[in-house]
Amino acid sequence: MAEVTIRALKKSYGGLQVVHGLDLDIVDGEFVVLVGPSGCGKSTLLRMIAGLEEVTSGDIRIGERRVNNLPPSERDIAMVFQNYALYPHKTVAANMGFALKMRGMDKAEIDQRVKRAAEVLGLTPYLDRFPRALSGGQRQRVAMGRAIVRDPQVFLFDEPLSNLDAKLRVQMRTEIRELHQRLKTTTVYVTHDQIEAMTMADKIVVMQGGRIEQVGAPLELYDRPANTFVASFIGSPSMNMIEGTVQGGTVRAGGATLPLPPGMKVAEGREVIYGIRPENLGDSPDGIRGTIAVVEPTGSETHVVVRIEGRELVAVFRDRISHRPGDQITLAPVDPAGVHLFDKATGTRF
Amino acid sequence: MENIAGKKPALLWVVHLCTAALVALWVLPTFGLLVSSFRTGDQISTSGWWRALSTQESQLPAIRLGGDEVQRDGVFVIEGNLFATSGAEISRWGTSSREPEAFEVGQSADLGDGVTLTVTPEGGFVMSSASSMAEMRMPRVFVTASTPPDFTTNNYSTVLFSPLAGQTIGQAFINTLTVAIPATIIPILVAAFAAYALAWMDFPGRALLVALVVGLLVVPLQLALIPLLQFHNWIGIGKGYLGIWMAHTGFGLPLAIYLLRNYMAGLPRDIIENARVDGATDFQIFVRIILPLSFPALASFAIFQFLWTWNDLLVALVFLGTGNDQQVLTGNLVNLMGSRGGDWEILSASAFVSIAVPLIVFFAMQKYLVRGLLAGSVK
Repeated sequence: MAEVTIRALKKSYGGLQVVHGLDLDIVDGEFVVLVGPSGCGKSTLLRMIAGLEEVTSGDIRIGERRVNNLPPSERDIAMVFQNYALYPHKTVAANMGFALKMRGMDKAEIDQRVKRAAEVLGLTPYLDRFPRALSGGQRQRVAMGRAIVRDPQVFLFDEPLSNLDAKLRVQMRTEIRELHQRLKTTTVYVTHDQIEAMTMADKIVVMQGGRIEQVGAPLELYDRPANTFVASFIGSPSMNMIEGTVQGGTVRAGGATLPLPPGMKVAEGREVIYGIRPENLGDSPDGIRGTIAVVEPTGSETHVVVRIEGRELVAVFRDRISHRPGDQITLAPVDPAGVHLFDKATGTRF
Repeated sequence: MENIAGKKPALLWVVHLCTAALVALWVLPTFGLLVSSFRTGDQISTSGWWRALSTQESQLPAIRLGGDEVQRDGVFVIEGNLFATSGAEISRWGTSSREPEAFEVGQSADLGDGVTLTVTPEGGFVMSSASSMAEMRMPRVFVTASTPPDFTTNNYSTVLFSPLAGQTIGQAFINTLTVAIPATIIPILVAAFAAYALAWMDFPGRALLVALVVGLLVVPLQLALIPLLQFHNWIGIGKGYLGIWMAHTGFGLPLAIYLLRNYMAGLPRDIIENARVDGATDFQIFVRIILPLSFPALASFAIFQFLWTWNDLLVALVFLGTGNDQQVLTGNLVNLMGSRGGDWEILSASAFVSIAVPLIVFFAMQKYLVRGLLAGSVK
């Protein structure tokens, strides 16, 4: 187990720079999720940590060692690939033991380790099977077992759940999380699914266009997004963004007047983006008036899509509501303290 | 995916008919060759292979009578049988080549000078005369007979073990194996390494090398025959097995590298990267991961190369000597065509010996052409 330190890390392919100087500290035993839209550089970052991509400039340290120029096998890491990457011509046991065999480990020791990992993952009955005879979830477990047997310093996961169906995905999510709690191995996990990120991470790294937008605990990111990108990326349904102007301690947006968060001082006349989480929007006597376009009951809550001046706002109600599409509704923040205010010019949080 | 050939039943029928036609086109002559190779030369010359199972009526070559005469009741008689083996049944016979069907069986023919001849359906004959026939020239008998099907393995034993045109087919068979097996294994070994490097190892000039290999695919080997032979003579290999192995290897390599590289490049990148993370060196990845996964491609190229070297005549003529210990099957067949061109039973047996191995190879290996070894590795 070890911490991972990344300093001024850059990566370019020819003249095209895809990672623009990243700094990141991953504490020993931490579960860090890299999240972002496709093409944001999260997989490239992971592959640079793994040693599958060369580092253009900057430093990657695992523990005390600078690993920039070490081959993957000498970095003491284990990686789980999106497609599992099982060896199709080897049995489950041989798949899991391959890395140990390459290391020249004693056969009895390999057997013992494979058995132990198989027990942890519930794979014992399948050890003699070939990957083609396993279900998706079982293959995923074998891929994880292959990582576990090596007892590495860092686990790297590259979108490991994206090939599973929705139900299995939720189940494997919990299993990976439990596994981490048991093994306490430093883990870097790449996903484009913000729910996976929120539910699994100790620390989320939100990336966009080869840069880190924000690093923090899941709820920290949810409660205090550093900019509009993080604000809209984290949370589902995503945050409502309303453009407006500060006027006399309120925000004027279209015809509506919205309250500033208490204690916030913003210069008069400043153009801002007013961000409200859907669950923070509620029925109110004055606020933004609009027409209900869609009502989506999910059981525990109801999503209401409201059309206002050509834009759409989403509100989430915990209580059962009687509104129907076509009804007029007036929405306002339930808790002004939960409102996020961003500079319109830079997108950063006030 | 039930209807890969197309959704239209009409198109499906066309496909089926074409397949059936192609199958018939290849199977019929091969089967005919097989049947012919088990028939006697007489039968081949009188009827086609499709009538091999039925009794055939045909005119047999003239048979000269013979035997010792005995005196019985004052008459001199010669008795005997026209055939050495039983089975044929005579319908008509004659004593002159102008009238080979002049008499029925059982009928008495007057041969002049008081000599009469009778022939029974089984071939028995009785010739009688008032005076002694000891000084007489024995007549010839022409018979039209139905002969039963006659199959024999003699053609094969003749072909395999007795020298025809100076060399037994058995010897030529072994020579061909001596050429074909190394000429298949060597290029596969070399090409597999090259294909891995060209598919998965980064080095400067890789793309150029691949382009060069593809370019070599279209160079006709005839261009290289003479310069290569001169080169072999110059470095002292001369004509011989080593030379032909090298030649076949060289001519086979571009296709081998091209096929294998494309197949290997199509293997999932994740698997190779995973092996790299697992600590495998390039050589270990090649031996433990790539080679087993590339088996279908290796097998299909092996089939191609083996058949091509087995059936080759041109390269063998140039790079091998013509002695009995070097001449290959195809060369031997060419010689047979010249010296034993009329003996169809010999030719058909020889031809079948020469295609037997390609057939076995194809049927043994065909499943590797279609087997998807990758099932279950990804997704």
